[in-house]
Amino acid sequence: MSSQRRVAQLSTPLFAVGGAIAVAATIITLAGLDAGAALRAAVDGAFGDSFAVLSATLKRMTPLLMLGIAVAVAFRAGVLNIGAEGQFLAGATAATAVALRLPGRFGPLVFLAALAAGAIAGAGWAAIAAWLRRRYLVTEVVSTLLLNFVALNLVGFLIRGPLQEPTGAYPQSSTIPDVGKLPLLFAEHRLHLGFLIALATALGTWWVLKFTAAGFRLRATGASPDAARSAGQIPVERVQAMALVASGAIAGLAGASELTGVTHALYEGISPGYGYTAIGVALLGGLHPGGIVIAAIFFGALGAGADAMQREAAVPAEFASVVAAIVILCVLAVPGLMARFTSGGRAGSAT
Amino acid sequence: MTALADTLELQNISKRYGSTVALAGASLIARPGALHVLLGENGAGKTTLLRVASGLTTADAGSIIHRGHAVRWQTRAAALNAGISIVQQHFSLVPAMTVAENVALADRGMLARFSMASAAAHVRHLCAEVGLDLDPGATVGTLSVSAQQRVEIVKTIAHGAPVLILDEPTAVLSPSEAESLFEWLRGFAAMGHTVIAITHRIREAMRFADSITVLRGGKTVFASDGPFTDDRPLLEAILGESRGLDDRMVEVPSTPGSGSGRDIDGVAVSLAGVSVTDGNGVPRLRDVNCSIRAGAIVGVAGVEGAGQRELLRVIAGRLVPTAGSVVHDRQAGFVPEDRQREAVIPEFSLTENFALRGSGARRGLIRWSVIASETKAAMQRADVRAASAESAAQTLSGGNQQRFVFARETVGAPRVIVAENPTRGLDVRAAAEMVRRLRDARDAGAAIVVYSSDVHELVALADRALVCFGGAVREVAVSAEAIGSALVGAS
Repeated sequence: MSSQRRVAQLSTPLFAVGGAIAVAATIITLAGLDAGAALRAAVDGAFGDSFAVLSATLKRMTPLLMLGIAVAVAFRAGVLNIGAEGQFLAGATAATAVALRLPGRFGPLVFLAALAAGAIAGAGWAAIAAWLRRRYLVTEVVSTLLLNFVALNLVGFLIRGPLQEPTGAYPQSSTIPDVGKLPLLFAEHRLHLGFLIALATALGTWWVLKFTAAGFRLRATGASPDAARSAGQIPVERVQAMALVASGAIAGLAGASELTGVTHALYEGISPGYGYTAIGVALLGGLHPGGIVIAAIFFGALGAGADAMQREAAVPAEFASVVAAIVILCVLAVPGLMARFTSGGRAGSAT
Repeated sequence: MTALADTLELQNISKRYGSTVALAGASLIARPGALHVLLGENGAGKTTLLRVASGLTTADAGSIIHRGHAVRWQTRAAALNAGISIVQQHFSLVPAMTVAENVALADRGMLARFSMASAAAHVRHLCAEVGLDLDPGATVGTLSVSAQQRVEIVKTIAHGAPVLILDEPTAVLSPSEAESLFEWLRGFAAMGHTVIAITHRIREAMRFADSITVLRGGKTVFASDGPFTDDRPLLEAILGESRGLDDRMVEVPSTPGSGSGRDIDGVAVSLAGVSVTDGNGVPRLRDVNCSIRAGAIVGVAGVEGAGQRELLRVIAGRLVPTAGSVVHDRQAGFVPEDRQREAVIPEFSLTENFALRGSGARRGLIRWSVIASETKAAMQRADVRAASAESAAQTLSGGNQQRFVFARETVGAPRVIVAENPTRGLDVRAAAEMVRRLRDARDAGAAIVVYSSDVHELVALADRALVCFGGAVREVAVSAEAIGSALVGAS
């Protein structure tokens, strides 16, 4: 029974990915383009050589992995945090401010402080939604989503005001000093320390959920708030608020890592919707840290492959978005469909 | 049209849910112009019978004769087409919408054009016609529970069905509200409608009903037209023959003694001035004072919505009262009625479910190997049959789940154990075993608080009896008659 369910759990994402690629290939063919060449270019661009893997796929995977974990931490507690995007921006902004202001003589402490500031800012941004939920019963789906737009506009204001580069010509911050940048893992590749931090975040989250009392409370709350409250005497609302704040901290860390590791300056387009893609990453990974690592590799490869596809086969990168969207739809729909076919209608209760 | 032609007749209806027999040959005759009241204990089959009548479920056997024809409907819509409508116990209203919008929503023409003004006029017209007091423009969420119920009724009668069925409409109402509802129902029936209502309030039933039918154990045991002057035959019909009751009481003379003999001084739980108001602002418990000593079984009785649910949760420390003070055991064991929702997390393993108890106060790391061996020990002790301690809780049968929950909640010999309908859904042997375990725990010095919807079970089990009625809690003698009359508010 349980192993059967595990098989189902693993087969769902595989079917989703396979089906989505097939659908995308069909559309590409119908559009009169060469699907075979597009697919080859995409696979080459994602996994073809060490540059593709290290500088494209894994580099792109890094923010998606951290954000996917962030989303999962909230979702596992039954809190639908749609605001990873905003928390990511808050983290990137705080990291910028710290990296630009701290004097260079602190050395590596600068990027560590920038990362910490990012996590705190992300937590703070999520805490607004947590507070609104507890104090005014505002649904977090709405508040976290709307806070994304607030964050985006706040970034827009800061890079045209207090954080703008000194010439005042471009809507972006100055490039952060070298001491604020995350070290690269390989001399000639763009993969940075953030990748290891992301893997550590996934491992740490798995460990916390599995082996700590707080992690167990979080899981129990998400699985059944009623049982958690009644049988576990768990303060469900508080656990959910803490989960949302922790989720925000991880998302903020992702923002800081992306800024100090890749972009090195703050501007409005720093996230191409990572926070939203991360919801797909988390769901495709079954909200499990191990699954999310694999899902993040897939989405990272999808992004890297899409760029290559456009470059090499002149197939618009938007087809990768089609694949991503179909994958998410399949992952959401398949368990429901399976439940429908495996168990019949349940009888009503007697009185 | 003759009265006979319009009669709705349910004959020998039987219905099973899995292995549970809900109805075993129940009958009911309802004629236009009369208010019919259906009485019976919880689980007597009242709701099921009316669900059959209104097409919400189908009968396994028996027939429905409506307007002189044998009919058999599969859906609520089919019953509605034939002129039978039902107001269910749980409201289905959209709180953010107005009364008129909610009524319009119930219209079956999905593509029909909607205008606010005509919807409001429609509701105003309906209300005036049947004599209900409602403001069509009011937002439903801001209305009192009794007004929301009127919305539900207007929604139902808007279909123009001549037969109106109501499932325990008084459960959510205060005594005075219940009285005015019954008054209205009688007036509505007098306009030529057929009205059938389930209630637990025997006094209102006697006062307002034109005819009363009593179900017990899925069978019709009493059916008579009014007027009703003596509640004795009704109580007897509801609770079973008084001769049978006496026999049951004789069975257990020694138990109260054996408990009080070891009476441990010390009050395990005490409630002072406890009141509970639910999220909708409805008072559920009013100024309850009681203390419960160790080494005794306290039986709690109450019809649905009378406050016993909240009382048990306050005693178990699962609900913080709105007012008043409670002294209780933080380690109190709690076996709720709805296991799947409140006691276990179905998709978690048994070990994880075992860890759930007390997890709110746990610190640091969880040592799963230790918990797994504790789980195995508890499963062995309570004879829980499962493939392993790592099996998901949902793979266990109901009886095994209940044994598991009971074992978990009694780990560490808590001073207080609260159990809500602990034998519900168990077969005879498993139920007897549960009763034995409760007694064992009592004899070991725990204070046991048991709610049962079966009065006989309470009488057999309890050393003391508390009865909830309309949020007040009263101690009565441990006898079916005393509990039965307190349940329906008779003094």
